[in-house]
Amino acid sequence: MSKARLMQGNEACVEGALAAGVRFFGGYPITPSTEVAEGMAKLLPTVGGKFVQMEDEIASMGVVLGASLAGKKAVTASSGPGISLKQELIGYAAAAEIPVVIVNVQRVGPSTGQPTAPSQGDVMQARWGTHGDHPMIALSPWSVREAFDTAVMAVNYSERFRTPVILLMDEIVGHLREKVELPEASAIEIYPRRKPTCSRAEGYEPFTPDKDLVPNTANFGEGYHIHVTGLIHDDTGFPIGSPKITREVTKRLHEKIDIARDEITHVEEYFMDDAEYAVVAFGGTARTAYEAVANARKKGIKVGMVRLITIWPFADKAIKKIAEKVKGILVAELNYGQLVGEVERVVAGKCPVELCAKYDMTIFEPAEIEAGIDELVAGGKA
Amino acid sequence: MERSFEKYFRQNRLPHLWCPGCGNGIVMKAIVQAIEKKGLDQDKTVIVSGIGCSSRASGYMDFDTLHTAHGRAIPFATGIKLANPELNVIVITGDGDCTAIGGNHFIHGCRRNVDLTVVLFNNSIYGMTGGQASPMTPTHKKATTAPYGAIDRNFDACRLAEAAGATYVARSTAFHVQHLTDMIAGGIDNKGFSFVEAICQCPTSFGRKNKMADPAKMMMWMRDNAVMKAAWDKLPDDKKTEEKFPIGLFYNESETDYATAYNEVIQIAGGADK
Repeated sequence: MSKARLMQGNEACVEGALAAGVRFFGGYPITPSTEVAEGMAKLLPTVGGKFVQMEDEIASMGVVLGASLAGKKAVTASSGPGISLKQELIGYAAAAEIPVVIVNVQRVGPSTGQPTAPSQGDVMQARWGTHGDHPMIALSPWSVREAFDTAVMAVNYSERFRTPVILLMDEIVGHLREKVELPEASAIEIYPRRKPTCSRAEGYEPFTPDKDLVPNTANFGEGYHIHVTGLIHDDTGFPIGSPKITREVTKRLHEKIDIARDEITHVEEYFMDDAEYAVVAFGGTARTAYEAVANARKKGIKVGMVRLITIWPFADKAIKKIAEKVKGILVAELNYGQLVGEVERVVAGKCPVELCAKYDMTIFEPAEIEAGIDELVAGGKA
Repeated sequence: MERSFEKYFRQNRLPHLWCPGCGNGIVMKAIVQAIEKKGLDQDKTVIVSGIGCSSRASGYMDFDTLHTAHGRAIPFATGIKLANPELNVIVITGDGDCTAIGGNHFIHGCRRNVDLTVVLFNNSIYGMTGGQASPMTPTHKKATTAPYGAIDRNFDACRLAEAAGATYVARSTAFHVQHLTDMIAGGIDNKGFSFVEAICQCPTSFGRKNKMADPAKMMMWMRDNAVMKAAWDKLPDDKKTEEKFPIGLFYNESETDYATAYNEVIQIAGGADK
């Protein structure tokens, strides 16, 4: 372990990305994500990487995709309105299978919203925010140290699956300062850029999937003369107006992540061994939920907490298992009610699901979630 | 006749999808002839395009090629060049792609002076969607979205590029093929943001609406109205009619390109050997 440091969540995100091998960042200033860009501007050149401030969020997304295609691990970061602008090319990254990480330090929306108060209102945008069917991986840290760890994971998953990964932070964790000890470089596992497995002469095709359904696409400049497009394309990379290929490609883009779902869906449980009730939370809200659950325990309520680290793909298995054993679930989220719909879908009536929502610029007080637990207990199944 | 340019094309992707009489093929060939003339390594040259008729050229060219999203070619190209400065990066874009939806990226690309060569295929119209007015459709010309003639004033993309900071700015036409090739080759030589406007004909969507349905007639229009810069500079103002336009090299100044400037940042930050 390295020496303990006082660090902000956004700064830890920068450190994690660099530790995972990121050497390129393109961005545009927006609170509360700006410290990510500032940290990158300062630290990237110290490791031979490059930072570029672009004219807008669309260009920021384009420049990191170009850098990734040329072989550099690349990240961009934004919030609210900026993430809305990035959606166009998030879809491009999904379609053209380009590794990239998009950090979203969530703030209150829609539109300019309440700059720059905390929110978790981009849960569904993270999943669906671009046109067309596409897969998505989104991770959400609850601490400064975990901002580092999830940044490493996000970069690794983007490379392994050749897909955009959203690091779904919130202002609470982004601006939080905590004492952290970061792991030594030798302790960090890095997923390297995938490499072509045969030569051009041997009939290399840049989008032929490997056994794990992910292609080993060459970087530009390696002599493979590949073609990359946002049009639906076959294994050669060239567009083709074929219903069969369109169906197969769309299916594979989803399945490459579906088949690894158990491995990449990270959930942590607290006080769940004997729990009769469960609070589901993620990100900064989970910090408050944890205290609320601990307080409720002191009052004798057998309640636990399930914390989602991976938001997408959704933790169907874990939530289903919880639903089998508890009398009720409370979903605490800093929005009008987004994740709760996914929980209800998975629980499918096996137990009551209640929502503890907050959408007024302020973070939860433990008492607010405790009140939600009390209501759940009063009205939950016997 | 030697056809050495053929090695720069993906023969299995041809024939192209452009209409009979289209000028895009002429400009595409001028680009590869400039590449050949400059002896660029085919394995180290990347063609980046946006969306539109001209941007389909990337798929026919035998390099690493990137067909991006509408208007976004310059940001992608910027990322490629900065990530791997040893690559030669050439951008293919159209008048709508570059100056409408990509207008902001265009001026900031010029300002940043990344070492790119941007060739704008200016056919004065949105061809792929069937002939709508673009920011470079000349005022009074007709389009499906300007059925009574465009009232918008059109951009002069060369003056825009120069004002925004491009370090090489030139214009030519699909009629002046050798000249066009030289202008593109000059852009490749310039270490910085090079912009070449290639005026070309779209008989199908622009010509038919503007009394030039015959492709040859459109080319004769280029022949008759393009004036070499040296002659243009001497032309009295009353002879510079609405139809006439200058071609040639308008601007070329040596300025430090972005990647070179960033290398100094890396030196200062002490990251050169990592």
